[in-house]
Amino acid sequence: MQLDSKVPDGPIAEKWDKHRFEMKLVNPSNKRKFKVLMVGSGLAGGSAAATLAELGYDVDCFCFQDSPRRAHSIAAQGGINAAKNYQNDGDSAYRLFYDTVKGGDFRSREANVYRLAQVSSQIIDQCVAQGVPFAREYGGQLANRSFGGAQVSRTFYARGQTGQQLLLGCYASLSRQIGLGNVNMHPRTEMLDLVLVDGQARGIITRDLVSGKIESWAGDAVVLGTGGYSTVFYLSTNAKGCNVTAAWRAHKRGAGFANPCYTQIHPTCIPVSGDHQSKLTLMSESLRNDGRVWVPKKEGDTRAPGQIPEHERDYYLERKYPSFGNLAPRDISSRSAKEACDAGRGVGATGFGVYLDFRDAIGRLGADAISERYGNLFEMYQRITDDDPYQTPMRIYPAPHYSMGGLWVDYNLQSTIPGLHVIGEANFSDHGANRLGASALMQGLADGYFVLPYTIGHYFASQKPQPVDTDHAEFKRVREEVDQRIKRLISVGGKRTPDSFHRELGRLMWNDVGMARSKQSCEHALERIPEIREQFWRDVKVVGGAGEMNAALEQAGRVADFLEFAETMARDALERDESCGGHFRVEHQTEDGEAVRNDERFCHATVWEWKGEDQTPAQHREALEFENVALATRSYK
Amino acid sequence: MKLTLKIWRQKSPADSGAMETHVVDDVSTDMSFLELLDVLNERLQLEGKDPVAFDHDCREGICGMCSLVINGKAHGPWDATTACQLHMRAFKDGDEILIEPFRAGAFGVIKDLVVDRSALDRVIQSGGFVSVNTGGAPDANAVPIGKHEADRAMDAAACIGCGACVAACPNASAMLFVSAKIGHLGHLPQGQPERDRRVSAMVESMDNEGFGSCRNYQECSAVCPKEIPIDLIGELNRDWRRCLVKGA
Repeated sequence: MQLDSKVPDGPIAEKWDKHRFEMKLVNPSNKRKFKVLMVGSGLAGGSAAATLAELGYDVDCFCFQDSPRRAHSIAAQGGINAAKNYQNDGDSAYRLFYDTVKGGDFRSREANVYRLAQVSSQIIDQCVAQGVPFAREYGGQLANRSFGGAQVSRTFYARGQTGQQLLLGCYASLSRQIGLGNVNMHPRTEMLDLVLVDGQARGIITRDLVSGKIESWAGDAVVLGTGGYSTVFYLSTNAKGCNVTAAWRAHKRGAGFANPCYTQIHPTCIPVSGDHQSKLTLMSESLRNDGRVWVPKKEGDTRAPGQIPEHERDYYLERKYPSFGNLAPRDISSRSAKEACDAGRGVGATGFGVYLDFRDAIGRLGADAISERYGNLFEMYQRITDDDPYQTPMRIYPAPHYSMGGLWVDYNLQSTIPGLHVIGEANFSDHGANRLGASALMQGLADGYFVLPYTIGHYFASQKPQPVDTDHAEFKRVREEVDQRIKRLISVGGKRTPDSFHRELGRLMWNDVGMARSKQSCEHALERIPEIREQFWRDVKVVGGAGEMNAALEQAGRVADFLEFAETMARDALERDESCGGHFRVEHQTEDGEAVRNDERFCHATVWEWKGEDQTPAQHREALEFENVALATRSYK
Repeated sequence: MKLTLKIWRQKSPADSGAMETHVVDDVSTDMSFLELLDVLNERLQLEGKDPVAFDHDCREGICGMCSLVINGKAHGPWDATTACQLHMRAFKDGDEILIEPFRAGAFGVIKDLVVDRSALDRVIQSGGFVSVNTGGAPDANAVPIGKHEADRAMDAAACIGCGACVAACPNASAMLFVSAKIGHLGHLPQGQPERDRRVSAMVESMDNEGFGSCRNYQECSAVCPKEIPIDLIGELNRDWRRCLVKGA
């Protein structure tokens, strides 16, 4: 496997402009001759599909939901970063770049991050032109708020529904192109495999989730905007349908998978309430602008929060990180919460919770101002927990939320398979080992609106078009494999539901490869995962047939892929014998529990190559060079 | 809690369908309504029976995928709440709960509680956008928009496209849904150049999809999980009349 990052030469601030000039172009009248198969319709996929169609490409777009408007980007609450410097607080593309590289604990690719920071301003312009109703000041100017890991206010927001409004913006653009006949939209359709012809990605195999029909689609390039893999933990803030299948099947066809051990555990989620729990709900990081995080100083203190006097409370983030306080980055805040709970100072019935308290903010600003900022979040919290956060502090606990790892891509967002491009959360490049708040929306839209539309043209222009249709022997072969796999899932006829295996895998991953990992826990996971997988294929029960709407079958296929993916994730966590960002190896920490990186051995992205069933995957490395932001120990003190 | 569920079962669009009764024990008040269905489905699968098909995804009230009528009310008894955010503390031990799909001429049942809401997508495709290509947008602060107007646009834009408004309306009208999109873009300067065209196209598309007309029952806003203001329908009607007069 060759890993050529194709990062252009020259000073960092000039790389993208230079590259844009040097890339080949496709003549406007030739664009319609190229078909793009876009998988996923979230912020990355939706914006790319719309933009590619506007440029004149022939686009087919696929999503498993009943409408492209429902992709999980919609659930992002807090905001989107952009280096606009509207607040005159000293922001710049360089500062956003710097914060993101540092926030990622020096495990991202500098050139990609700089480009992200550079196009961030254009994203806001584009969204406003589409009619995205961002929050505004009385003078009519756009409002900003602060987010974790930054000391400037650069986050744009639309109440607590920023992801929704951005997605509806790109869904509107996509809808316009569908109406014009430039995009063929295929909702309720799931990609089940990738087809390569002569080493290039030339098509996909899908299942129609209503009729069960297996179909083949041929094109000139395939783009995955299929999101992350946090549901490997079963309980996460992701939607129930989120899965790793498209990325994993592409991996098994030759796409390198980079840094699968980098997962983000979000510090502010509503704690688990019982075994029936099907998902966890995030409370936006923006709440930490005004909420103060604390636990009782005393272990096992079961008094109601209002009964605990000020001097017996430990505002641990403010104590440990005075300069960033409650806005310390996510990985650090999550770990601190775990530490407090592991020390027996957690709150709530389970002891796995910390308080997020708005008492002081309400006292200072009044309940109305707080309601204006976070009203819908407070209501959501109350509906789920039956507690009123205006009266009593919220209880929160960390939960899996985002995956920084993903399919490896070069500077052009192309994977190790020519013609297979990967955008948004599904790729690995921009967030290193930890993502800063309000940067996921930025990356999805940067890739879809402003990066891929240029780089995919360069790919097309560098090829001699070779017509391929779905009668090609490779399509028939892969399709047959998909059929066989579905038959196999249905024919096991065991005693356990796909969900029960997913829960079992999720618990194992949370305990062994979750917020804290060790050599021992990773090895334990590596031992257990193949056992669970073996049991799955012996004992899973899939009710119903293949030729109908069958949620159990969909779930079984996704769980089967997670059972393979999880092993590579655990292996990656074992191999990375250092702590960085969201990857915390307990063996590598300072006396006060801060992560200790090992730049000599691990300043690289680990890229895994599939070697076949029951084979250990091969490990490759892309060395990461930091020419602009000096490698340093990350400090938020 | 022990609950009796009466659930609409329908194998396919062609099947006539019927209610089916299931009793579920050990329901915790902390469960969400969809987790109740998860528990039932787990049991049905272990018994070798077809689980109940229902649409769901984000389970945090924002994707708009869930589409249940619970005890005769779209999204169930709590105000401003989707079915996925409805928690079982809304019910008491021994309750009987009726669970049906969103019903409307324009929403065909696909299976059990799953309906086809693609008509709403087609209404948006007819004109629910600002015709602006990627690239070349002016600076985001170039056109100031007063906070009041921006907030009003946001109130309308909060629509999640679930279709509860249609399911609740005796006429199965989509006026609240359409007026939300028209109101969102109509309150912003970016939406003005195409305003009339948008109104005409979306109203025509809505009629063609088989949604009924609005008779001001206001059932739509009563069930709307995002509390889309009913007066947006008045604004839409004003816009539409203006289009008629102008012949747009």
